[in-house]
Amino acid sequence: MSAVVEFERVISVVGSFPVLTGLDLRVDQGEILHVRGENGAGKTSLLRACAGLISVSSGNASVLGFDMRVDRRAPRRYIGLLGHENNLYRDLGVSEHIEFRAASVGARASDTAAALEQVGFPQQLWTVPIGSLSAGQRRKVAIASLLVGRPRLWLLDEPHAALDTESRKNLDAILTEASTSGATIIFVSHESPATKDIASRVVTLDGGRIMEDSGAD
Amino acid sequence: MLLVARKDLRVERRAKIALGQVAPLALLILMVFAFALDANTSLLERGAGGLYWLAVLYGGTLLIQRSFDVETDDGNMDALRMSAIGMPSLFLGKALALFVQITVLELILGPGILLLYNVGVVDWALLFAAAIAGTLAFSVCGVLWGVMSAGLRVRATLLPLLLVPVLAPVLLAGSRAFETALGVRAGAGWTWAGLMFVIAAVHTALGLGAFGFLLEEG
Repeated sequence: MSAVVEFERVISVVGSFPVLTGLDLRVDQGEILHVRGENGAGKTSLLRACAGLISVSSGNASVLGFDMRVDRRAPRRYIGLLGHENNLYRDLGVSEHIEFRAASVGARASDTAAALEQVGFPQQLWTVPIGSLSAGQRRKVAIASLLVGRPRLWLLDEPHAALDTESRKNLDAILTEASTSGATIIFVSHESPATKDIASRVVTLDGGRIMEDSGAD
Repeated sequence: MLLVARKDLRVERRAKIALGQVAPLALLILMVFAFALDANTSLLERGAGGLYWLAVLYGGTLLIQRSFDVETDDGNMDALRMSAIGMPSLFLGKALALFVQITVLELILGPGILLLYNVGVVDWALLFAAAIAGTLAFSVCGVLWGVMSAGLRVRATLLPLLLVPVLAPVLLAGSRAFETALGVRAGAGWTWAGLMFVIAAVHTALGLGAFGFLLEEG
């Protein structure tokens, strides 16, 4: 399997605070990696470093074959990032928003309906402004916005947050299917029981480095 | 570029901030001056161009603020950074959307000064050229300085502080050009309009070069 994320002794500093402190991580294509750790362990920073949203100060880092120290913007078009926030325009209608996201990553707007159906979003709400949706419905729209771009690398921060049991199962099925078709998934979650079934590997972060790796030899 | 502009205008059409809040507020400013200077109609006529651009500055700053509030809201700035849209297209798209919104604001304020300040237009071509040049300058400066302050907690107060000194030459040139177009001062109105086009061109070049870096580091 080819490496999608390859970090060696990576140090990242945000402001004057080191958020990743010599992190070593290799994630292969098709893996579903569950990242866990206490608050402030560096989980979100790891996702943001993979997305190129924070720079690598020292060490070697490559994502999807792109050297992140040379050009951290290069792999972004192949990455789907879902952070704590949903990245939604509250005044746009649901399908308008997803069509914009699709176009902005070079995907087809015609896939919008399929993406919304896949996340189980009710059709009668497709034209409703996002601001009037519940937290769980907004999370589903955010996930559909990622789906429509068919990312090769999914970076998800607490993706199950605000979702009900049925929707969580559906999300797990979506992630498993994406992984089967060759996408790589890295997700951060505090909810180990809910996610242990889909993760092919679990790493535990502390102080900006990996303390435990279920896939380590 | 059109994708971003269309999205911004769609957001604005739904939210109705520009037409529902900013335009009435800018009109109120014109009315307050009309009442305050009513006793001195000649002063009102002479100041019509300047007061118009002052109202545009106030309303335009609110629109620029709003243009970046929708991006910082719910982490949309990260989504823009992650998108495949080129930085020049992002810059031009946001500037185009602002241009349209400020133009709508001006179309409301224009008749306002004609009615409230009792002035007439003697040179329509100059009036339109100055309005277009000033709006262009407002839009590109707004996007450039808007993205600079977008990531900051203090952006609501910082943006006007950054923007007003930058837009002061536009305000001055716009006022002078309008005074000539309204026939209250003989002068080089076209030169002032030309100056605004130059300011717009300089800031467009700066924006095309620096917007990506500012968005990335913001």
